[in-house]
Amino acid sequence: MTLSQTHRTIDAIWRMESAKLIASLTRILRDVGLAEDLAQDALVISLERWPETGIPDNPGAWLMTTAKRRAIDLIRRMKLRDQKYVEIARSMDLYTEDDIDNILDGEIGDDLLRLIFMTSHPVLSQDARVALTLRLLCGLTTDEIARSFLVAESTISQRIVRAKRTLRAEKIPFELPTGEERKERLSGVLEVIYLMFNEGYSATSGDHWIRPLLCQEALRLGRVLAEVVQHDPEVHGLVALMEIQSSRLKTRVSPTGEPVLLMEQNRAQWDRLLIGRGLAALERSQKLGPPFGPYSLQAAITACHAQAPTVAETDWIRIAALYEALSRVTPSPIVELNRAVAISMAFGPSLGLQIVDELSTETSLKGYHLLPSVRGDLLVKLGLFDDARREFERAASMTRNDHEKELLLNRALKLRKGDTF
Amino acid sequence: MRFMMIVKATTDSEAGVMPSQELIDAMQKYNEELVKAGVLLAADGLQPSSNGIRISYPEPGGKPKVMDGPFTEAKELIAGYTLIEVKSREEAIEWALRMPDPHRYGQGEIEIRQVFEAEDLTENPESLAKDATLRKQIEEQKSRDFIPNTSNH
Repeated sequence: MTLSQTHRTIDAIWRMESAKLIASLTRILRDVGLAEDLAQDALVISLERWPETGIPDNPGAWLMTTAKRRAIDLIRRMKLRDQKYVEIARSMDLYTEDDIDNILDGEIGDDLLRLIFMTSHPVLSQDARVALTLRLLCGLTTDEIARSFLVAESTISQRIVRAKRTLRAEKIPFELPTGEERKERLSGVLEVIYLMFNEGYSATSGDHWIRPLLCQEALRLGRVLAEVVQHDPEVHGLVALMEIQSSRLKTRVSPTGEPVLLMEQNRAQWDRLLIGRGLAALERSQKLGPPFGPYSLQAAITACHAQAPTVAETDWIRIAALYEALSRVTPSPIVELNRAVAISMAFGPSLGLQIVDELSTETSLKGYHLLPSVRGDLLVKLGLFDDARREFERAASMTRNDHEKELLLNRALKLRKGDTF
Repeated sequence: MRFMMIVKATTDSEAGVMPSQELIDAMQKYNEELVKAGVLLAADGLQPSSNGIRISYPEPGGKPKVMDGPFTEAKELIAGYTLIEVKSREEAIEWALRMPDPHRYGQGEIEIRQVFEAEDLTENPESLAKDATLRKQIEEQKSRDFIPNTSNH
């Protein structure tokens, strides 16, 4: 093995082991920043040693033992000389060294869960939660995170440093919340994962390989979480949603780089393997419910599309009902607008138009070009071409997206010519 | 990146000899590890080639020839596969190295093959150049991710 090969292998091992390593060390040290430092130390030692000695048979255990030794040293030193760590030291008094061995071999899943509860703690800003989670649970480098978000590396590293400082200053415990708090915090965790996923899903630019990276990381973390938290319907719902949305990744952009809308995607190219996984996750979620939360409901909607061989064969009645359920759980004008579209597909454009018209007074949708755009669609279907044309022109004047503006103006133009497309 | 870890057939797997309980347990533990790490996509074991069918096209443009198993050369046959999604080639190798020896009598062999991704097939400079502008556009569409006939693609 050449030196660079060894380094790449160590990178891969780090990615596979770092979250477990950091989670276990945080349990001992009660400080995620320190834990990461020690895990990094172990990594540095492996980078020095392994090119000479070869990679050990069980590299994960090697890293863990090395980091553990340093953790124990550190605790001893802290106990001896540093009063400000007296609190950590006191908690460590409970354990002998043998106990520490046991702790390290203890239930790793729970430690990972504690860690993700910590990195997605509400005391942190949303940006910080995402960055810290990618760093500590996905083992991404700051450079990789920075490239994914198209920001400077220094921005991300500062964000991470500040986040760790905040966790320390606020004395955020390394624990599993219980009862109502657990539910709330878990939904915060899911939010972080879905934010990560959406960042990748909407990002079609940037580095070639980094583009799907966030989606994959979010999906992977979701799958990990679904193994640790097996009885929460929303966890499986989120995994289902991400699996099914990922199944369309290939078809969302044309070979020339234009976005391809759901209705126009080549369904033969959807990833059946991911759809199958998504449907299985959705089934798990539904077995654990009701009540169904926003992720399960969105997953069920996506599943309707995934299961329809063609747009015309889509179960729009079910989609309309699911949007209605969704608007009860998370009421929003956007969900309502979607419901209008589904209703129009299921029951005809005039019913959809009623809902859209009710939304016209909604202040949060003011300037939102999709409102007139959807209204235009419905008016076309009702044969009201002049009205439809005005709506498309209005929508075109609202969007800042050139491609979309062109599409809308084209539709308006065709209507002017009396073309009913 | 997706990789397929292909477990090659052995004289035992071809003869329909079931693996030892010890090996089955080890394999199960390994699969659980893959699941817990969130990297497992699919895994299956295949029946011996005696139950297989081979379709070949000996003549260009000619009719296919259908042949029943078993087929010879166990090493060229496969006995099972595991499909994983990982971040790098090295990670795939690491996972494959952690798979238990699938035979334990000297015949165990695992082959790692990378799966083609959409990007491998559609890569062209023009589409990459368009990416930068596209991202901005899609950013703006983010908030309306549900609209089925306009975005949510």
